[in-house]
Amino acid sequence: MFLRTFATAGRVLRQLSHDPRSIALMLLMPSMLVGLFAWLFSGQEGAFDRFGGPILALFPFILMFLVTSVTTLRERRSGTLERLMTTPLGKADFVLGYAIAFGLMAVLQALVTVGFAVTVCGLTVDGPLWQLGLVAVLDGLLGTGLGLFASAFARTEFQAVQFMPVLVFPQILLGGLLMPRDDMPAALTAISDWLPLSYVIDAVNAVATGDEGWELGRPLIVICAVLMVSLLLASLTLRRRTP
Amino acid sequence: MRAIVGVQAGVSGQVRVLGEAAGAASLRRRVAYATQAASVYDDLTVAQNLRYFARVLGVPSREVTRVTELVGLAQQAGQRVESLSGGQRGRVSLAAALLGSPELVVLDEPTVGLDPVLRAELWQLFRELAAQGATLLVSSHVMDEALRCDRLLLLREGQIVADTTPSELLEVTGTSDPEQAFLAIIAARGDSVESPRAGSAPMAHAPKHGGGDPR
Repeated sequence: MFLRTFATAGRVLRQLSHDPRSIALMLLMPSMLVGLFAWLFSGQEGAFDRFGGPILALFPFILMFLVTSVTTLRERRSGTLERLMTTPLGKADFVLGYAIAFGLMAVLQALVTVGFAVTVCGLTVDGPLWQLGLVAVLDGLLGTGLGLFASAFARTEFQAVQFMPVLVFPQILLGGLLMPRDDMPAALTAISDWLPLSYVIDAVNAVATGDEGWELGRPLIVICAVLMVSLLLASLTLRRRTP
Repeated sequence: MRAIVGVQAGVSGQVRVLGEAAGAASLRRRVAYATQAASVYDDLTVAQNLRYFARVLGVPSREVTRVTELVGLAQQAGQRVESLSGGQRGRVSLAAALLGSPELVVLDEPTVGLDPVLRAELWQLFRELAAQGATLLVSSHVMDEALRCDRLLLLREGQIVADTTPSELLEVTGTSDPEQAFLAIIAARGDSVESPRAGSAPMAHAPKHGGGDPR
């Protein structure tokens, strides 16, 4: 079973390696955006330290969501998924293979982005840096998991991209980046409690203020749980038999 | 064809393949399927594609070399599929279906868009595979190809209108042209043949049965 999972992950990475432009975009674009953001706030003392962390959480999430949902959709449409479904490949092999491949990309992306934010943009956090890196990795993985799940509901690449405003934008608005979650109208606070990105931003804020215990642990547990559930749902929505 | 390989949803009735329910887990190594579109990864090389499918099927990697030579793509093994011609892409897809020598190979219009030389070569390959004991189920709407098979199933609008052999088909209809024979069978059933394009008229046929009946 694991052989097939890793064979799939290797195949996805091999496909990616033939597309250097996508790799460059994936690894460098979040840094560019964080840099732009830092520049924007360069006149305001301390502003980047306050918003920089949550912003750091945003871009890997969005980017990995997009990349994953479009690539898996391409596989559905090219007929290769149908072929794989006639082979001994398990549905979990397929989903985990993608998750491992893009998870690896998420790790690289997190290293580059956190490194850039800290060394070039001068982001400072009270907590240890590796924790910020860990949150960024989980964040990218979360985007991958949700992207895998979302691609099940898209019939075309166009639809897959349209899922961004539906699934991602509300999470950005309500995640606590624009306004602390406790200051929102009660109903919206309640909704934001159900959105995974809120917990990523909670975790980043916890690292930024140097909280180590439950303040950081709780959101991390929630993120991991959502990640597991989205991977499970992604493999359950994969059908061997299709119309 | 999708029902036979077990990827078609909403099938009523029973489909049994090699003695088991279509799509059963135990059939996934014994039955192979190549869709009409070349279902391989454009952005990988021929060898990378086949190596991946070989690992998924759990067959040894020497199979990759064997099937690559079988479909005549040894020269192109290191090329990316997107750089190949349409016919070559189809043959990569065919090669993937031949990995591990499955007992039943289901091929959806494998010769579409190929030049006559390649078509003849592929049919020769199908013959060899059948001689080695595999059952091939090939769909085509080119009636000439029907004559190369051992058994013919003529389909029209989702119904099997004839289950016959090439010689029997020509004999019964009293024609020498397979296309005319098909039309004669439709006419004999009382269907309109004035607009043959309106209804779908595909045809499935299976060369030599070395193994069991696929149905």
